[in-house]
Amino acid sequence: MNKLVVSGLSKHFGSRKVFSALDFELSSGESMAVTGPNGSGKSTLLMTLLALYRPTRGSVAYLEDDRPLDDDDIRTRVSFVSPYLNLYDHLSAEENLKFFATVAGGNVPGKDIDRLLARVGLEGRGCDLVAGYSSGMKQRLKYAVALLKKPAYLFLDEPTSNLDEAGKRLVTGIIEECRSESVIVIATNEQEEYTLAAKQCRLGQ
Amino acid sequence: MPQNSAGLVSKALAVYAKDLRLELRTHYAINAILMFGITTLAMVSFSLGQSGLQPQLLAALFWIIMFFSAMSGLAHVFVREEEANTALALKITADPDSIYVGKLLFNLTLMAAMTTIITPIFFIFTDAPTGNIALFLLVLLLGVVGLCSATTLVAAIIAKASVKGALFAVLSFPILMTLLLTLVNATDKVLQGRGIGQVSAEVQFLVAYAVIMITVSVLLFKFVWKE
Repeated sequence: MNKLVVSGLSKHFGSRKVFSALDFELSSGESMAVTGPNGSGKSTLLMTLLALYRPTRGSVAYLEDDRPLDDDDIRTRVSFVSPYLNLYDHLSAEENLKFFATVAGGNVPGKDIDRLLARVGLEGRGCDLVAGYSSGMKQRLKYAVALLKKPAYLFLDEPTSNLDEAGKRLVTGIIEECRSESVIVIATNEQEEYTLAAKQCRLGQ
Repeated sequence: MPQNSAGLVSKALAVYAKDLRLELRTHYAINAILMFGITTLAMVSFSLGQSGLQPQLLAALFWIIMFFSAMSGLAHVFVREEEANTALALKITADPDSIYVGKLLFNLTLMAAMTTIITPIFFIFTDAPTGNIALFLLVLLLGVVGLCSATTLVAAIIAKASVKGALFAVLSFPILMTLLLTLVNATDKVLQGRGIGQVSAEVQFLVAYAVIMITVSVLLFKFVWKE
């Protein structure tokens, strides 16, 4: 059982308060949508949860069977998809997948890469440089990277940005696939995506 | 994804191989380094001619060219990650130690390639005495390792700044000053044909500098890289 425990979390940039005193707890099988107007701090909250920003106050704890996880453990259990996260344009999709699998401490056989690319609708395009991909194809490839591991914690920032209808169905499918065993946090402004999560945390109120 | 026992070495090699592949496809850093090195070298040799310059002056000129060539290209290894917004994916996936080691290996390769091209041209253009070649190569090797070990960490620090180029040289210079003075001193002695016995103090300093810089960089990198 994995848990994400957030206590009294605040983030300020200088004198500007982005969010303050957030408390919530999510366990495996639970999901939460972070909502709010533009600039309300949705992406900042995700970056803070991922320890990419240091909180001004409060804490974020990742637990597995009530045992706190260290940074290395967290890295192997977390997947993140965001418009701010880019893959390497001058590598092919296959090279990107192999690289991220290796630095994460695993390896991926060729057939698994083909299966992953087919899963996100990029079959037959694995050898193409990512620079030649459309923005929607790049977004799909980010999901392939996220699915290299079976994420215990799945963080999605604007999960369907740049995607067509088929792409949106793909994202819904991935969330449903991960729902039973993962902690899922989705930052979004899209009303239809609120329903992808059971709980809601509204920022900027 | 099946987990294996991939340790620091294989992860660092993956970062290194990725950077090398990107460099071979884009030529961002090597073009900058080589253009700076060769144009500076040409200007120095054309203005001074083959006029039998003193070894001390030749040693200083050589390391000035090496220093500024390094400044023109070694920061690319982190700047490219920040500018292309790929640093985020790397931060989430890879551990900082393997990133630092992979980036250091890449910068060493870049400087080694640059040195292999610049050094023979320097000797031809300036008619510098060859002195003790084996000892010169040892000093050169230690100099390249020292330059890369210090500048790789500084490159990570400046990658997020808005005025990267100027900041890289400004922050690197104080850290590299003792290294450069020692390198000039050692190269001067080597070009005069002196043996290892008379350069041992400098060689010891260069080894110690590289070991200390790499150790300190590995310890500090995770804090620089994280936020």
